Amino acid sequence: MLEVTKLECRRGDRQLFAGLDFVVGAGTLLHVRGRNGSGKTTLLRTLCGLFAPDAGEVRWRGESIRELGEDYHRDLLYFGHLNGIKCDLTGMENLAIGATLDGDRVDQSAILEALRRMGLTGFEDLPTRLLSQGQKKRVALARLVLNRSPLWVLDEPFTALDLDAVTLLQGLIADHVAGGGLAVLTTHQEVPLTSGQAERLDLGG
Amino acid sequence: MFGVFWCILTRDLTLALRRGTDVLTTLFFFVIVVSLFPLGVGTEREVLEELGPGVVWVAALLASMLALERLFAADYEDGTLEQMLLTFQPLSLLVLAKIAAHWLLTGLPLVLIAPLVGMQYHLSDTAIWVMMLALLIGTPVLSLIGAIGAALTLGLRGGGILLSLLILPLYIPVLVYGAGAVTVSRIEFTDTQPYFALLAAFLLVALVFAPVAASAALKISLE
Repeated sequence: MLEVTKLECRRGDRQLFAGLDFVVGAGTLLHVRGRNGSGKTTLLRTLCGLFAPDAGEVRWRGESIRELGEDYHRDLLYFGHLNGIKCDLTGMENLAIGATLDGDRVDQSAILEALRRMGLTGFEDLPTRLLSQGQKKRVALARLVLNRSPLWVLDEPFTALDLDAVTLLQGLIADHVAGGGLAVLTTHQEVPLTSGQAERLDLGG
Repeated sequence: MFGVFWCILTRDLTLALRRGTDVLTTLFFFVIVVSLFPLGVGTEREVLEELGPGVVWVAALLASMLALERLFAADYEDGTLEQMLLTFQPLSLLVLAKIAAHWLLTGLPLVLIAPLVGMQYHLSDTAIWVMMLALLIGTPVLSLIGAIGAALTLGLRGGGILLSLLILPLYIPVLVYGAGAVTVSRIEFTDTQPYFALLAAFLLVALVFAPVAASAALKISLE
């Protein structure tokens, strides 16, 4: 369970939000909404511990994420604006490195299967710099297939994806949440997933 | 634990080999800088013998600075650094692997090419061996200390200049004892021992503290 109490973040002199309280329980999808510049990315980065809040606290399973440190990262998967893949490495290599860092033991066939599910059959052994924007994003999102973390924090995961991939990604997130996982995401696209059973959090800008 | 270290090390080596140019740039820079001095100061044997150790070491410092800026910058730009920060692996271990890769790509080639550039300065066989050994112990220190500077200046505009201003003064002890060992070896070989002991002490201290300091700096830079 992810708990946020009295969270306040500033960027420079500007206050993005203050006194933010919410709880995300197991099996919940939280859709963070707000205009450009309302602090969605900052909130998500704060939830991951990449950004230190000016006041308030983020707690995971009852303990402050500051104290949990690396133990918290074991349960967390963050997908940001940057894909986090090396463009000189192939899709296979990128995912293998990602899995090793996440401490997951996955073999070649599992990685191939993940890439196949993301519709990248035939592109496994190409350096990712030769792929299109959308395909790069698909490679990065293949991590979601391999990863076992209970908490997913996804920042604009639907941008640059085509309709098929959007449907696929919604399926992945829905499965994750149905399996008792937690997901926090931002998106400006209206997708069935977020207009459905999701909880909403509106950031005033 | 070792698996993760190995994973990052091989990743950085593969990336560098696929690019290729980065490694060669450092090496050529080193060779060219060292070769410019005899052209400038003349080719008298005594002068060159006197200058040799210092010139080689200064060139090594500058060459190792050259690739330092890219140590974390490439990973920062494509988001892989962010992902490394969010794994449960100890960050200092990942940083140490990156430093090790940096040394293998920029420090080790300098050690291996040292005999060639030493010959331009009429250094004796003993002096060349001493220089190789001093570089072998000293260049990892340069990579380790440099990583702290690279982490601190990450994402700053004009970070490259700032990096040299931050790091070059910290390189001075390595320069003094590294070049000193070679100079002393021309008079009495056994007198080099304290120089090597000090260089090795720098290496051990840097090995313990630099990865931790660089990790802390990275966390601040990524906020």
